[in-house]
Amino acid sequence: MRKIRKTRLESTLFVFILPWLIGFLGFRLYPLISSFYYSFTKFGILDTPTFIGLGNYIEMFTDDPLFFKSVSVTLIYVIVSVPLKLGFALFVAVILNNKLKFAPLYRTVYYIPSLLGSSVGIAVVWRGLFRKTGIINYILSLFGIEGLEWLGDQRTALGMLILLSVWQFGSSMIIFLAGLNQVPASVRESAAIDGANTVQTFFHVSLPMITPVIFFNLIMQCINAFQTFSSAYIITKNGGPANATYLYVLHIYNSGFSKYRLGYASALSWILMAVILVFTLIVFKTQDNWVHYESGGKEG
Amino acid sequence: MESKHARTRKRILRAFYYLLISLLGVVMLFPLVWMASASLKPSNEVFNSLSLIPSQVMWENYVKGWQSVKPNTYTLFYKNTFLLIVPVIIGTVISSCLTAYGFARGRFRLKNLLFILMLSTMMLPDTTTLIPKYLIFVKLGWINTYLPFIVPAFLATSSFFIFMMVQFMRGIPRELDESAKIDGCGPFRILWQIIMPMCIPSVVTMVVFCFIWTWDDFMNQLIYISEVSKFTVTLALRLVLDAHATIDWGSLLAMSLVSILPSILLYFVSQRYFDDGIATTGIKG
Repeated sequence: MRKIRKTRLESTLFVFILPWLIGFLGFRLYPLISSFYYSFTKFGILDTPTFIGLGNYIEMFTDDPLFFKSVSVTLIYVIVSVPLKLGFALFVAVILNNKLKFAPLYRTVYYIPSLLGSSVGIAVVWRGLFRKTGIINYILSLFGIEGLEWLGDQRTALGMLILLSVWQFGSSMIIFLAGLNQVPASVRESAAIDGANTVQTFFHVSLPMITPVIFFNLIMQCINAFQTFSSAYIITKNGGPANATYLYVLHIYNSGFSKYRLGYASALSWILMAVILVFTLIVFKTQDNWVHYESGGKEG
Repeated sequence: MESKHARTRKRILRAFYYLLISLLGVVMLFPLVWMASASLKPSNEVFNSLSLIPSQVMWENYVKGWQSVKPNTYTLFYKNTFLLIVPVIIGTVISSCLTAYGFARGRFRLKNLLFILMLSTMMLPDTTTLIPKYLIFVKLGWINTYLPFIVPAFLATSSFFIFMMVQFMRGIPRELDESAKIDGCGPFRILWQIIMPMCIPSVVTMVVFCFIWTWDDFMNQLIYISEVSKFTVTLALRLVLDAHATIDWGSLLAMSLVSILPSILLYFVSQRYFDDGIATTGIKG
């Protein structure tokens, strides 16, 4: 009797996922399929899509210098900012993990920027910090250094956006700290008894044990970094100077919502998806070489 | 001797750690502290002084900033933001918990496939669905309303929160549901009376992140809201930043601070739950 009732109740739980299913079909699957279709069409905001085959994709690779510019800017942004951010997060997490006094206070201080980093409020602050007559250049002038026009100079503008991203290392740091906390003290102690110093213990004991956490973070941070929009739109005013910070999503946005080339913007967005997919696959492929799972395989 | 030497070395190392992380803390906080102090300074002091205390405290910056988007004030933008955010949070919490309960406890056909589909949308870049979603909302006549944010929230479109809740609910012993079932509880009552009270830390985490992410979701707000009278705080701030050739930095920074204050306050109020929440779920920031 009870067995029957149990199965019945548990299969009725299907009803609970219906809102998600409707949302999935309406706001995920349908848009995904239609954007794939739109990517083979030419179409503006008022007319209906006309099928043009690979036209958009061909245009991208043969007739759109901004496409290549935005790809290279985005790749530099991702490849520099993600490892820097994660490296920093790990470094600080390892230091904080030494049972330091006030560790919770430091944690909060480092974490706050990652909560606020993508807000327009912080974008305003970044512009105030790094303008020609900004506060950073004022500080430099106290040391007799004449600062650059950080955000207006093609050589440094992207660096300022990367800096903003690295400033938000706190959330990754918290996750690393949680991972390091799970490394049993006994394991570390026995390594110490075997004569390993702090650095050796870290590289041979702690680090391997948290590689699954690093792996997960690496993937999520890459996906996020590829989609950065607001900092380049607000701080460097739509990708300036001279497109030095013209991140890929700006190109999608401008094609779709400034030029109303919805088909072309869809094609661009599919390239982004393909690039993210390839990137993720590459990271997945490398995991055999550096990600260690416990035999239980709980993480990842 | 040897151990004494080692102890000294260890002490020096620890002192070095403290120095390092304190310096880093100063650097990390500098932008925020500078913003707060500059927001109270006269315009000619904003970029020319490292002193944290203004020579003259300019509360006027806040008054001026509040009215910087004429004829509207930030009172309206605040009201708008909450009209958008509160329903989004309510919708996200309800729909994510229902869905998570279904996935965590249900036993129905295709469950695993649906679960994998749900997880894979977490990797799906939002930008790929940007254009079709925009067209759907244009057709529905929802441009310049908050419905493009609210309706998807009620349909559990944030896989991330579902996943977080599923992970959490899986940790709750099934025996609790079982005994409630024997007492004659239906699934809604089990969820509401047994499961939810135990999920408070992750619900708080969800509320905080949902609030902050919606507040900062500049791109979608930019796309869907174009009438100034419907603007959120985020959009209003951006408007001021680019509207004039000469920027009144004192009042602009005052409004920047006003715009990030709710997130900071919410974080501190909920920190007790929140720390557990992020640590156990490995949430991104």
